[in-house]
Amino acid sequence: MTTYFFRLFVFGQTERSVAAQANLRMLCESLLPGRYRVEVVDVAEHPDVADQERVLATPMVVRMAPLPRYRVIGDLSDHRRMATALGLPEEAPPTPLGDEA
Amino acid sequence: MTYNDAIRRLPTRINGLDQVALGGLPEGRSTLVTGTTGTGKTLFAIEFLARGIQHLDQPGVFVNFEERPEDVRRNAASLSFPIEQWERDRHWAFVDATADAEDGGEVIVGNYDFGGLASRIEHAVRGIGAVRVSLDSLGAVFSRFPNSAVVRQELHRIAHVLNRIGVTSVITAERTSEYNGVSRYDVEEFVLDNVIILRNVLADERRRRTVEIVKFRGTTHRTGEWLFTIDPKHGIVVMPLAFLTPLAVASRTRVSTGNPGLDEMCGGGVYQDSIVLLTGPSGVGKTLTGLGFTAAGIAAGERCLIFALDESRAQLGRNAAGWGLDLDSMEASGLLRIVCDYPEVASLEDHFLRLRQLIEEFQPTRLVMDTLSALERVVTPRALLDFVLSLGAVVRQHRVTTLLTSAPSGRFTPQLTPAIAAEIASLTDVSINLRYVESAGEIHRVVAVLQTRGSMHDPSIRHVTVDSEGLHVGERVTRVVGILSGNSTIPGVPWLLAESPEPEEQQSGE
Repeated sequence: MTTYFFRLFVFGQTERSVAAQANLRMLCESLLPGRYRVEVVDVAEHPDVADQERVLATPMVVRMAPLPRYRVIGDLSDHRRMATALGLPEEAPPTPLGDEA
Repeated sequence: MTYNDAIRRLPTRINGLDQVALGGLPEGRSTLVTGTTGTGKTLFAIEFLARGIQHLDQPGVFVNFEERPEDVRRNAASLSFPIEQWERDRHWAFVDATADAEDGGEVIVGNYDFGGLASRIEHAVRGIGAVRVSLDSLGAVFSRFPNSAVVRQELHRIAHVLNRIGVTSVITAERTSEYNGVSRYDVEEFVLDNVIILRNVLADERRRRTVEIVKFRGTTHRTGEWLFTIDPKHGIVVMPLAFLTPLAVASRTRVSTGNPGLDEMCGGGVYQDSIVLLTGPSGVGKTLTGLGFTAAGIAAGERCLIFALDESRAQLGRNAAGWGLDLDSMEASGLLRIVCDYPEVASLEDHFLRLRQLIEEFQPTRLVMDTLSALERVVTPRALLDFVLSLGAVVRQHRVTTLLTSAPSGRFTPQLTPAIAAEIASLTDVSINLRYVESAGEIHRVVAVLQTRGSMHDPSIRHVTVDSEGLHVGERVTRVVGILSGNSTIPGVPWLLAESPEPEEQQSGE
């Protein structure tokens, strides 16, 4: 069973950061229940980690494992597009809360 | 440093740029450097940091959006900027913001900002105590993020952060055409304060690089486009002011022009560090004078350099032989070096760089350039003036006695506009005119020394004869008026001899 590992880069605890975290976790819960891990990195606190990933825009999520790595920039408000962009399994399409259908 | 002089300058120490910028870039501000592809933007961004490290001990942060750090390091190594060493010494730091090319790709879903980048830049700046920051280049950011409005707004945020932390920065951006707008994505809106444009223009089938300071808000700068070159050794070199460092001492030693008559007219030869401008229509004896000037140097055991435009080595040798001068044996002695080039074979900047290199390597004490006018075919008068200015600075620095010839009324060439001619004349120390005059159905040659800086000279106009021995200065011409005002704007037409005496003149005379 593959475990997914995502690293989410945010800058401070802004509304945008919070939204990105919530959207990512929600998607993972529905598509990868029990087999995912999310690490949130605040660029302001860990700039060296951000350097490794060459972070420009935030929020940005990187699928660290499994390879290959995918990067998605933005607050992840469109779950379907986020799932495709992160290369997640397609079964059980999620229904995002409060977003466009 | 006073506060009423609101904006201070940070010297870039890029060759010649600070003189054009009247001291440097506005300190603590961002300056946008725009240009089309291949104009030298990245080099500008690199040099801005490198010169700060080399000359002023100011660490710098390089934010790269396009080229990877290894590419920047490699490019900079060709200019002997040891970036890796500087990184180890904490003088230089990269903030790598390039896109991820190898991996699975990058997609944008929803809203974003550049807070991450701003934070990384700030961290890097504080980490090494950076004074300077370069961002290269915004084009890559705009092509990566399709929503230009968001990008502009976020770049504004970056600029704001840079200002807040007090660094002086250079931000490069692309332009689509040389003379329209400032930058491609209207990024000038956010750093409107200071804008520099680099150009690489193809004009009259010639490439010409220029730098123009479009605006420095609240401060002064020199206007107009300034020629610059990209020298493999010195990087960006803005002309002409790059070399204008005044000599501490002006030479008091006089040297011969190679012509006793001219020496006498100049008050006993010319000063060793003089630049002599010899003007006259074609065929009047300029090349001959130049050869005589060279021969005198060789005879005294000095190294001489002839830079001949428009004449082949064979033609020059034949002409010299006609006056009993053997250029071949002079060359064989190692004292003479001759460079014959048609002006068209290279750009003016390349001619200049080559000449400068020759002067530095060969260390001549005399230089003849015959003729300056040949260059008029390939450049604008303005560029020619820059060339003379730059050349002047080089020869003065190396104390090379220099003879420049010029045909102001060249029969086949576009002529200098009078203003430029006057400016060139003002750059030279000695100004000699050779002219034709018509008298009693014959053409005569005359010579006049118009100016010798720091010295007395013979104010008379004298007859000149040319025979197989060379050029001879003779009797004073007494009955001619209007030789000099008989001006250079009538191509190829000799001055008319005014036989009619002017009564007032005669009375006031002897």
